Amino acid sequence: MRYLDVVQFAAVSLQGSRTRTLLMILAMSIGVAAVVVLTALGEGARRYVINQFSSLGTNLVLVFPGRTETAGIGPGMLLGQIPRELSLDDAEALLRSRSVGRIAPLTVGSSQISKDAKNREVIVLGSTADLMTVRHMTLGRGRFLPPGDVHASESVCVLGAKINSELFGKESGVGAWVRLGDRRFRVIGILSRQGESMGFNTDEIVIVPVASAHMLFNTSGLFRILVEAKSRDSIEQARKDTETILFARHNGEKDVTVVTQDAVLATFDRILRALTLAVGGIAAISLAVAGILIMNVMLIAVSQRVQEIGLLKALGAPAAKIRTLFFTEAVLLSGIGSITGLVIGEAGVLVIARLYPSLPVAAPWWAVLAAVATSLGTGILFSVWPARRAAQLDPVTALAGR
Amino acid sequence: MIQLSDVSRSFVVGGQTVSALRNIDLSIADGDYVSIMGPSGSGKSTLLNLIGLLDRPSSGIYKLDGGNVTALNDEQQARVRSEKIGFVFQSFHLVPRLSAAMNIELPLILAGIPVDERRRRVAQLLDNYGLTERADHRPDQLSGGQRQRVAIARATSMHPSVLLADEPTGNLDQATGREVINLLEQLTEQQVTLILVTHDPVIGGRAKRQLHMVDGQIISQIES
Ligand SMILES: Nc1ncnc2c1ncn2[C@@H]1O[C@H](COP(=O)(O)OP(=O)(O)OP(=O)(O)O)[C@@H](O)[C@H]1O
Ligand SMILES: [Mg+2]
Repeated sequence: MRYLDVVQFAAVSLQGSRTRTLLMILAMSIGVAAVVVLTALGEGARRYVINQFSSLGTNLVLVFPGRTETAGIGPGMLLGQIPRELSLDDAEALLRSRSVGRIAPLTVGSSQISKDAKNREVIVLGSTADLMTVRHMTLGRGRFLPPGDVHASESVCVLGAKINSELFGKESGVGAWVRLGDRRFRVIGILSRQGESMGFNTDEIVIVPVASAHMLFNTSGLFRILVEAKSRDSIEQARKDTETILFARHNGEKDVTVVTQDAVLATFDRILRALTLAVGGIAAISLAVAGILIMNVMLIAVSQRVQEIGLLKALGAPAAKIRTLFFTEAVLLSGIGSITGLVIGEAGVLVIARLYPSLPVAAPWWAVLAAVATSLGTGILFSVWPARRAAQLDPVTALAGR
Repeated sequence: MIQLSDVSRSFVVGGQTVSALRNIDLSIADGDYVSIMGPSGSGKSTLLNLIGLLDRPSSGIYKLDGGNVTALNDEQQARVRSEKIGFVFQSFHLVPRLSAAMNIELPLILAGIPVDERRRRVAQLLDNYGLTERADHRPDQLSGGQRQRVAIARATSMHPSVLLADEPTGNLDQATGREVINLLEQLTEQQVTLILVTHDPVIGGRAKRQLHMVDGQIISQIES
């Protein structure tokens, strides 16, 4: 029997029970589509986080006050709990390291901003001139914080794009005075629109010199120090130097946490990859279920077509050929099912990409491969038994329909 | 040439042994026209199934064209069935979802005959049996007589040397049955061995050789 004839015969047999065939293909394709869509979402989340991180700056070493008990990166560090102060002098001292290019100390608070009758709550970021370069910010108008003495508390501020439009409408607020808390600040610049990144929407913040922020909030500690290494290769050295300098300044007490952004990134990468894998695995279970469905359907087909199997034997088909025929039917079912599933899944991914343009969804190739392999695998695996049963039927009893 | 020597077939049913065939000695020459008659349960179908290699004897030797076919394995027997034996059944046994033409083509497909040759033979057979107009009809769209004609066309598509028919007229009215018998008898003119099981003494009486079976044994033979 020719290969093409085998496939054709199987296809005709499948057409013979159309509803059942369609249901099988549906079950299989839903499984495959689920794997594709879910892993695409997971992968999208992973890429999103990575993109966000790299938009925060490159070659960064982050310094947090306080130290978590366990090694590695815990949630406490990322939330920036403050058990012991990190001072502005600590930050300045870091420039002594030859691996450190720039630093940007950060202090954060929230305050009321007002211009004439308009006012709203804003996040106020206290930092230095280098923040713009270190954090890859871009300026829309005016200039950024002035360089010079970090202890100088000049009354100037840079507005996020949205804050500017809320206070000044379409006009630029550069040159105007606004009130932050109980102090007046002159607007010297406006950030260009950037949108959200890592929970900070730079469009809705106000940046002031770090010393001014300390006065505004009546504090002296830093929320964080961003340290930019001179090059990619010096990140590790910059991290070590930072630790050495800070521990020395704190009398040997290891009360700060220093991590490279790459390490944080790697952790997120690992977590999200594991998540994608888990989600994909759960979806793959539905494929196994579809495989078992195919097995049952094939078993039903065998019992419904007992007479036909007897006939095929009478017409000269050996057991091996009958096995091949039933086997081919199952392979065809799961094959069509997985192709349909891939198409549905990719279409779903396209739709999600349209709905959430900022999420870089894309099913990873390994997931697509695994989905197709699992569906074909289960389809084939679970058809072996029904095919064997069909082939083992005794021709005389089969013809009699017993 | 069919040669059965001392062939028996017994079934074990619920711990009891039922002898369906007892020590059958029978030889049928090429081109013979043989009818088998006898009461229900006398072993006619069992004998036909053995000759058709659908079943194996419990003891004894079956030689087909000089070769011992009892010793062959499943695959080899299937090959012999494909090449030498055609079956016509009482209940037609057509594949319901296949057209008349595809039903006729089935043995050719299974034997791996090339497509062109298949087309040619099927067209010829449809023509021979007056089924050309019905080529694309499914079995449920055909009359009983037409179905049996499709079955005969299918049985002869591989040019078998032996044609086995188990009560081929059992599900047909008398006139249609006569028609089917005529078609089968025409085949014997082309050196095909025809073995026909029937309950109808008129039909059975037309054969050159008439076997009468009772209780698993051939009790009498008439040659005309
Ligand atoms: N698969 C089987 N299992 C058990 N017993 C069987 C089987 N096939 C046939 N027999 C028994 O063998 C005997 C002969 O059966 P067979 O079918 O050959 O009779 P038959 O002459 O064809 O009868 P009928 O005219 O009714 O078709 C019967 O007693 C039957 O019960
Ligand atoms: Mg019978």
